[in-house]
Amino acid sequence: MQKLVVIGAGMASGRMLEHLLDAAPDAFEVTLFNAEPRGNYNRIMLSPVLSGEKTFEEIVTHDDVWYAANSVITRFGESVTAIDTARKIVRSEKGETPYDKLVIATGSAPFIIPLPGHNLPGVVAYRDLEDTNAMIEASARPGAHAVIIGGGLLGLEAAAGLRLRGMEVTVLHISGHLMERQLDETAGYLLQKDLEKRGIRVITRANTKSIEGSGKVERVLLDDGTELKADIVCMAAGIRPAVALGHAAGLDMGRAIKVDAQMRTSDPDIFAVGECVEFAGNLFGLVAPLYDQAKVLAKTLLDEDDTFVVRELSTKLKVTGCDLFSAGDFAEGPTREDIVFRDPARGIYKRLVIEEDRLIGAVMYGDTADSNWFFGLIKDGTDVEEMRETLIFGPAFQGGGGAAADPLAAVAALPADAEICGCNGVCKGDILKAVEGGAHSLETVRAQTKASASCGTCAGLVEQVLAVSLGDSFEMPTAKPICACCDLTHEDVRVLIKTKELKSQPAVWQELGWKTPNGCHVCRPAVNFYLLADWPLEYRDDPQSRLVNERNHANIQKDGTYSVMPRMWGGMTTPDELIAIAEAARKYDAAVKVTGGQRIDLLGIKKEDLPAIWADLNDAGMVSGHAYTKGLRTVKTCVGSDWCRFGTQDSTGLGIKLEKRLWGSWTPHKVKLGVSGCPRNCAEATCKDVGIICVDSGYQVGVAGAAGMDVKETERLVDVASEEEAIEWTVAFVQLYREHAKYLDRPYKWVAKVGLDWVKDVLADESRRKSLVERFDLSQTVYQKDPWAERAAPAEARKFQPLADFTQEAAE
Amino acid sequence: MSWIDVGALDEIPLRGARVVKTRSGCVAIFRTAEDELFATSNTCAHKGGPLAEGMVHGRNITCPLHNWVYSLETGEAQGADNGRIPTYPVKTEGGRILLDGDAVAARAA
Repeated sequence: MQKLVVIGAGMASGRMLEHLLDAAPDAFEVTLFNAEPRGNYNRIMLSPVLSGEKTFEEIVTHDDVWYAANSVITRFGESVTAIDTARKIVRSEKGETPYDKLVIATGSAPFIIPLPGHNLPGVVAYRDLEDTNAMIEASARPGAHAVIIGGGLLGLEAAAGLRLRGMEVTVLHISGHLMERQLDETAGYLLQKDLEKRGIRVITRANTKSIEGSGKVERVLLDDGTELKADIVCMAAGIRPAVALGHAAGLDMGRAIKVDAQMRTSDPDIFAVGECVEFAGNLFGLVAPLYDQAKVLAKTLLDEDDTFVVRELSTKLKVTGCDLFSAGDFAEGPTREDIVFRDPARGIYKRLVIEEDRLIGAVMYGDTADSNWFFGLIKDGTDVEEMRETLIFGPAFQGGGGAAADPLAAVAALPADAEICGCNGVCKGDILKAVEGGAHSLETVRAQTKASASCGTCAGLVEQVLAVSLGDSFEMPTAKPICACCDLTHEDVRVLIKTKELKSQPAVWQELGWKTPNGCHVCRPAVNFYLLADWPLEYRDDPQSRLVNERNHANIQKDGTYSVMPRMWGGMTTPDELIAIAEAARKYDAAVKVTGGQRIDLLGIKKEDLPAIWADLNDAGMVSGHAYTKGLRTVKTCVGSDWCRFGTQDSTGLGIKLEKRLWGSWTPHKVKLGVSGCPRNCAEATCKDVGIICVDSGYQVGVAGAAGMDVKETERLVDVASEEEAIEWTVAFVQLYREHAKYLDRPYKWVAKVGLDWVKDVLADESRRKSLVERFDLSQTVYQKDPWAERAAPAEARKFQPLADFTQEAAE
Repeated sequence: MSWIDVGALDEIPLRGARVVKTRSGCVAIFRTAEDELFATSNTCAHKGGPLAEGMVHGRNITCPLHNWVYSLETGEAQGADNGRIPTYPVKTEGGRILLDGDAVAARAA
């Protein structure tokens, strides 16, 4: 009888032995080595063992009885250390074992990130029963903390299992969304939301710095300074094929042991199967192809014909209650079309990718009932042209009509205690009660509940609540949606971002039923602003959602060059600054223009030169003048009481203080200020967004002026006695504007909509005024940074250069 | 077709773009949210705006100067505007961006 030695008792070799011994029980004398002190078990079912839903005994696939009945000689707990291909023996701790045929099934090893502290007791992988037991043990102590490094399939299963065992679980994931290899951004967002609902904390874009503790793991530190308590750390950062034996034996290697379609290695008597093989450039981590390989190898060993082919794969997450499915290819390729379906109310997202009338990829979240049908279409390469229109609704809709997404779904899904009118604290339930009591129009609802009676921005939402509860009998006034990407107005989106606590772009796209994958040039800049204004700490400004000037921090001109304008605080400058500006103008060949905002503009700068001219101006102590932003532009001043014989107060000083407080903040549209030292108004303060006139008795603060497409005098907001009060009212006004205005409405347009009386009422309330100032200052801790200095650094400056330049090469 | 390595994929942010200078003008390389690459002329058919400075949304680019929107797949202007920009084959391999050299050379010829 031929001697068959198998190294590794994993899922692939277990299945292979079954096929082999079924077909020809007496063909081989089989010796099975395993480094783990046990035989074959269903490794992918470790997750239910971890969560307590199954016991280890339930997932054993082959027990001692089976090995004995099939005369398999088991050498468990014994590692094979070398293969001698010339003498056809394997060496192990207990000596040499000869073979006629050898199967390498060493599987893979978890990838341990070599972080400082990765050797500490309490740091485990998630690969075998030992790891699983270590985690179960750690979870026994009440209130214990677990940190999972890696938000892929395995890491999330570990997280869910430990959470079920009552641990405080944090998942650290380096990429922007969970399971990025299987899911797109939106599905990743929904998954994160579901996990957070069960109390699992998820930190994306997390860079782990070190693991610390004395004698055992105690905490995990991130690059950004975050410190996380940890009684156990699980590294689930991926796997690497375990191929040291094959490599040392001199087999042909790629990233793993190379095999042909019959699972043969480069040595005619050695075969390999499972996660340790590479076939036609592919590695394998999921179980389905391993089982295919096992079947092929059993046939090959018996000299029968069979061929391994790589099949399409699908992924499902084994976390109870998180319904997700992903299959095929849903990225890369110029000739592809997307079909997207979102049902925010039920948390459902489906995306199909079609190429040349064939379905090639699918991602689903929340409802995966039809996933097998879609997977079948992908595998079979079915022509879907005929059913394209209704494809996304699944097999039940084929031949029938499709259903359109309901634009009211987002509002219908709000719970009764969701606040609709923030000014008057009116919830959805209050409005529904009023409707039941007979209030069937916006006006009657407003009269009875005060909803939309103050600033009015929620009027659209109130109408939607009416429409949801009254159905067709309520005729919706036609409100203009932001753009063709959605059905909601700016005002609705702003309110819903607050009420539903939407803190990322994917959250907005999904929850508010966006019809495009990531908006367009109209809605995306608006949504980006709303998010950063409402969630200064949770959300970060996204440069890719900024139009050119704000992304490049300079104004693009019609010839593609840029203008550069340094800040001159309150319009004051110095000889040294002027010399630096003049030198920069000469060096970069700029046209020089004195502006209406009391600054100097350098025109005609090439994009490639921007970081260099910024560095030069930074060196002279100047920062960006933000002449290109929807943000604070200038504070124009007159010389005031310092020099002017009519000046009543230090208007220049106040202007400088205001500019230093407000610069760097993002606003719905640009904001320009003026401070005049007396009613002669040399700083033209009465046509600014905020204009302050100094008088003997103090300061007259006016707002909502305009001197552009429209010309309009400011309206008096308040008269105050001190400079501090003037600053407080101004900051509070700007913050109120940031929190409520529609993107691209200047303050005068916004005030016309909400009414100056409402603005006055809000700001006159001292506690509200002070909390507005607090929120503004909080936002400034994030955004008051010189964008020039950040981009003049070499790593950032490179981004302003062409990716490649072929204009010099090949020139004769 | 000859492929020319023009840089690392990481150099272009998702929903972003960079330019490659050739002897007869710039080629813009776009990277979508789904990590797809497209290459087109950098010059808007309307008033010559630099398209790489525009906003990438879905598989479209909006010109930074006057908001013309082009399909990155076909180069056709969308909506009411009429015009077309040339598109070029581009692909990634091992984290590098490969641009069709023939297309770039043809521009220079």
